[in-house]
Amino acid sequence: MAFRIVAHCTNCWACLSLCPQQAIRAASPHFQINADRCTECVGDYADPQCASICPVEGAIIDAAGQPLNPPGSLTGLSPEFPTLSSTS
Amino acid sequence: MATTSQPTSTGARIALHPCYSEQAHRHFARLHLAVAPACNIQCHYCNRKYDCSNESRPGVVSELLNPEQAVQKALAVGAAIPHLAVVGVAGPGDPLANPDRLFATFRALAAKAPDLTLCVSTNGLALPKHVDELVKYRIGHVTITINCVDPDIGARIYPWIFWNHRRIRGRKAAEILIAQQQKGLEMLVEHGVLVKVNSVLIPGVNADHLQEVHRVITAKGAFLHNIMPLIARPEHGTYFGLTGQPEPTVEQLRALQAACAIQRGATGMMNHCQQCRADAVGLIGQDRGAEFSLEKVAAMTVDWQAAMAKRAAVRTAIERRIALNAQIHHLNRPALLANQGARSRQRETLRMAVASNDGRTIDAHFGHAREFLIFDVAPMGARLVERRNIDRYCSGPVTCGDAAPALSNAIAALHDCTLLLCARIGFEPWRALEDAAISPNSERAGEPIIDALLAVYGEWRKDVRHPVQTPATGLCA
Ligand code: SF4
Ligand code: SF4
Repeated sequence: MAFRIVAHCTNCWACLSLCPQQAIRAASPHFQINADRCTECVGDYADPQCASICPVEGAIIDAAGQPLNPPGSLTGLSPEFPTLSSTS
Repeated sequence: MATTSQPTSTGARIALHPCYSEQAHRHFARLHLAVAPACNIQCHYCNRKYDCSNESRPGVVSELLNPEQAVQKALAVGAAIPHLAVVGVAGPGDPLANPDRLFATFRALAAKAPDLTLCVSTNGLALPKHVDELVKYRIGHVTITINCVDPDIGARIYPWIFWNHRRIRGRKAAEILIAQQQKGLEMLVEHGVLVKVNSVLIPGVNADHLQEVHRVITAKGAFLHNIMPLIARPEHGTYFGLTGQPEPTVEQLRALQAACAIQRGATGMMNHCQQCRADAVGLIGQDRGAEFSLEKVAAMTVDWQAAMAKRAAVRTAIERRIALNAQIHHLNRPALLANQGARSRQRETLRMAVASNDGRTIDAHFGHAREFLIFDVAPMGARLVERRNIDRYCSGPVTCGDAAPALSNAIAALHDCTLLLCARIGFEPWRALEDAAISPNSERAGEPIIDALLAVYGEWRKDVRHPVQTPATGLCA
């Protein structure tokens, strides 16, 4: 039971200090969650903290590989727009 | 005045802040440290790949610093640029969403560079929680970005906030954000901290609402309101950029700024802001960031005590200059207009030199003056062109210090002036000046500089039988 940060992550640091398990590490090319430590915040908070502040759709995925913040859910942009993370 | 501590009166604090005072921004430097990466809200004009666009230009990425690097950078810049007066944290995220990093930086700076004014810019969400700590580090100024006081409008600007361990969306998010901003503003004002409010003008969203924002923040005691144009380009990848939200025109911006400025008891409006980069170094509009990259700063060794002493000396000199400029400020614009006019107008401009020790009155003996104030005087007013140090006109070490060469240096420094105003002058230099076609005048000893300049100008026009317009001594900006 653990989340994963994937390539969409922009290394914005927002999640790092919020993790109650200190499971998140500032890494390259993007931040990483230590799967052994991540509890999905169960027992600490009602919502997983990293996924609740992460500004980038698709940057954090659950154990099943589903994005915690799917396209359109944060920006209000419908998926036909390029998401904030895929424009460069 | 005290030179190693921060100025305390509101006027003095504004006067020294390059982001707040038009005078100061020409003389003092400010440094923004990119030490705060995280953010706790999302704005529709922001793409989080870049720095916060409340304080920076959109599309800019600064080199993120940890607190140690940030302190090292500030001390290095403060040593290399002695007119550094302000160190701010404005991004790349929200400073107060990174309290540990922010306060570690401020703690070290308060110890090693207590003369530097510290400031932060914030979206306000976490402000009430941190006011006490901010006050502890004697934060002189806080900038809050307030785009609305109405949650229905806020819901169109902020898609979500992170609050009490949850992501909150829509109207409720805006309601919380607005409440925190207003509470933070009130608390800061209560503590005597200067608060500047930034607002982003978003046509069709908050354009008609910003006068109300201006009224509210003025009533609560914000001292400056800076209305900035929305920048929304598709290439920045922001919500507004991608959805075709229009940017305001210059006319829209000016009209709104003017409408706010005439409100009763209005807070000062700011119009010299250039939306400087959040990691900019130097005078506003003169970016020296590249000289102080992480690599270069790490290689510098800094004597921070010596740097502080040097800054104190520079500050004293600049303060004198600002005091002088403040007096002639109201005459500047008309003179500039006169200078921009037709050639016939230009011919009416007369260059005059003034010997003054206090920078306010004609109080210096010509023979003792090491520098002269050079003015262009026209029927509509006087404008300070520059200060000239006569030693710059020194012909060489062999002749320096000798009375006669000092005189010739002074004359060289005044070569383009028609008149010289001083408190006293000896017979010999008088003759020498006249021979150089510079008319000395000591009749105005003790008078305020501008009054004297305009009076002498009027006399001179009469003497040379040029058509004279009455000098506009009572002109105000
Ligand atoms: S879900 Fe919770 S425990 Fe897991 S990484 Fe995110 S913040 Fe940490
Ligand atoms: S909050 Fe999201 S984008 Fe930011 S560092 Fe964490 S995973 Fe990456």
